[in-house]
Amino acid sequence: MNAVVTITYREACRQALRDALLSDPRTFLMGEDIGRYGGCYAVTKGLLDEFGDERVRDTPLSESAFVGAGIGAAMVGMRPIVEIMTVNFSLLALDQIVNNAATIPHMSGGQFAVPLVIRIATGGGRRVAAQHSHSLEGWYAHIPGLRILAPAVLDDARYMLAAALKDPNPVLIFEHVMLYNNEGELDPAVTEVDIHRAKVRRAGTDVSVIAYGNGLIKALAAAEALAADGISAEIIDLRVLRPLDTATLLASVAKTRRCVIVDEGWKSGSLAAEIGMRIAEEGFFDLDAPLRRICGREVPIPYAPHLEDAALPQPADIIAAARGLVRPA
Amino acid sequence: MTARVHLGHDHVRHLLRQMIRIRHFESKCVELYQAQKILGFLHLYDGEEAVSVGVMEALAADDAVVATYREHGQAIARGIGMDVLMAEMLGKQEGCCRGRGGSMHIFDRKTRFYGGNAIVGGGLPLAVGVALGDKMQGRNAVTACFFGDGAVDEGEFHESMNLASLWHLPVLFVCENNLYAMGMALERAEAEPGLARKAAGYRMTGTGVDGMDVVAVENAARSAVEQIRAGGGPQFLECRTYRFRAHSMFDAQLYRTRDEVETWRRKGPIARFQSWLVQNGLIDAVEVHRIETEADAEIDRAVDFAEAGTLEPVEELERFVTMEAVPA
Ligand SMILES: Cc1ncc(C[n+]2csc(CCOP(=O)(O)OP(=O)(O)O)c2C)c(N)n1
Ligand SMILES: [Mg+2]
Repeated sequence: MNAVVTITYREACRQALRDALLSDPRTFLMGEDIGRYGGCYAVTKGLLDEFGDERVRDTPLSESAFVGAGIGAAMVGMRPIVEIMTVNFSLLALDQIVNNAATIPHMSGGQFAVPLVIRIATGGGRRVAAQHSHSLEGWYAHIPGLRILAPAVLDDARYMLAAALKDPNPVLIFEHVMLYNNEGELDPAVTEVDIHRAKVRRAGTDVSVIAYGNGLIKALAAAEALAADGISAEIIDLRVLRPLDTATLLASVAKTRRCVIVDEGWKSGSLAAEIGMRIAEEGFFDLDAPLRRICGREVPIPYAPHLEDAALPQPADIIAAARGLVRPA
Repeated sequence: MTARVHLGHDHVRHLLRQMIRIRHFESKCVELYQAQKILGFLHLYDGEEAVSVGVMEALAADDAVVATYREHGQAIARGIGMDVLMAEMLGKQEGCCRGRGGSMHIFDRKTRFYGGNAIVGGGLPLAVGVALGDKMQGRNAVTACFFGDGAVDEGEFHESMNLASLWHLPVLFVCENNLYAMGMALERAEAEPGLARKAAGYRMTGTGVDGMDVVAVENAARSAVEQIRAGGGPQFLECRTYRFRAHSMFDAQLYRTRDEVETWRRKGPIARFQSWLVQNGLIDAVEVHRIETEADAEIDRAVDFAEAGTLEPVEELERFVTMEAVPA
């Protein structure tokens, strides 16, 4: 019973959804091709058969209408879980997310909450070019009223949803498309995770690397290589992109005195810029070296594999940046 | 005038009184705007009162309302107190939204009033969701969603009409067709200016009604709401009306002639209903005068309440950006 189970990230997301549907009759799923088709990333596969079309609702292609419908239903007592196929398509629902979900609790003087969860696939690496590969979660992290989550590890994929459903506020969960096939062991001792704190995934002493989503996986790979080179990197999983857990970041930087921030979003105006500035504002005197950022290159993500790879942060970039800070030329 | 609605004395008096309350409330708003006590945008409903008054008559207490930034009429007709409305306009914490929303973003939990929405078309998807949530929880409620002719240009209108119809949701889509979206005339914006006809594209019943005739609106809304409540799915009601004043407070009105406005004014919903009532002996001048005096007294009390209101402490600026709990 307490056996360790091997599971994919996709399956962890699916189990989380299934749990939610089983444990609370107010929850239901809504989105494009989540039912009959099984989900464009196969996350919701099988749920229609198990729960029926009242609770697993295939919607027409109308991001604004079904996200708005999620908001309205949440305001009157339901706990909708809306899926948007890809972050690029969420732009068609931006009005509902930014102008309604994020404003109504405050603008109504606290009369209404919007306990809505929106799951959005994000990120590059699948050779699907510039309209399906961007990392726009940093934009959403700009918006007061939203909680923004980025599960990178299996525990988070499995248990962040339950925590998000307990939050009375709109929560956006960004699932990086390159993570779905990741496989690993789910620790049976873990049955819940928090959605407030960043987490140190690998302790280190020489340099802090702050990353999230698929960037975390790359940062962990970089840490291995750095260790072989005698550099001890502390890898921090940001996990919660809004509100930022600045305390955990500052504590790490106070210890290592150096920091690299990894963000697949474009550097200009990025979440990495925000993190860097907070460290500059509150941790400046702890630093022994300039802050470094490894971000997506400032281009629409291209199709050709060599170009796409060049446009995205890679472990080699993280290694070079960390090494440069620890052993300046 | 049609006769489905029973035009007893109490009822006609009520309809007239509601329209007069809205009109007089807004006249006071203009004064307060000129005195710079109400700030920002102020969209008046002058000329369109019959629409919200007629439709609200068809709704029950458990039904829900979604409206636009031009929603003083809906708010008053739905039963939100003038006192908390006026306090909201004055930005006081005694206002229905603690002064955070102002004229364009009125919310009221008690009357199931889900906003005031200052994004053209932005309320429609939300209304679909309110109806969906109600239906899934077994409430036999109807959501009345008000929007202008301009909203019909937006994608959100079409997405919402489709989804509501596809899922057979209890929504009454009420289009307040006042012929203009700011300065954009209907026929310059719509390939098919017959708005009620659009409903057919969503397999929805679409009805056009004279929005200057409160009884006609009430009849049409009652019949639509009855069918919706009986499980007939959503309906679209186009109320043809006219806004007598500027779009907001400042508007050179280059897009229409004085004559046009004057012609419509003569068909105004209050003047027309009132004179019809007087001619038919359903009400007399004395009673009209009493209604007006009572409305003015109510408005004076609301202004006193609002003026005496207090400002939310700046320390509370960030309160409710995120909620600690879902309000019970
Ligand atoms: C999405 C959006 N675009 C533009 C505006 C600016 N705007 C405010 S009201 C308005 C006209 C809307 O006309 P209509 O829907 O007919 O309503 P009415 O004002 O006539 O009641 C416009 C263009 C807006 N608020 N929202
Ligand atoms: Mg209009």
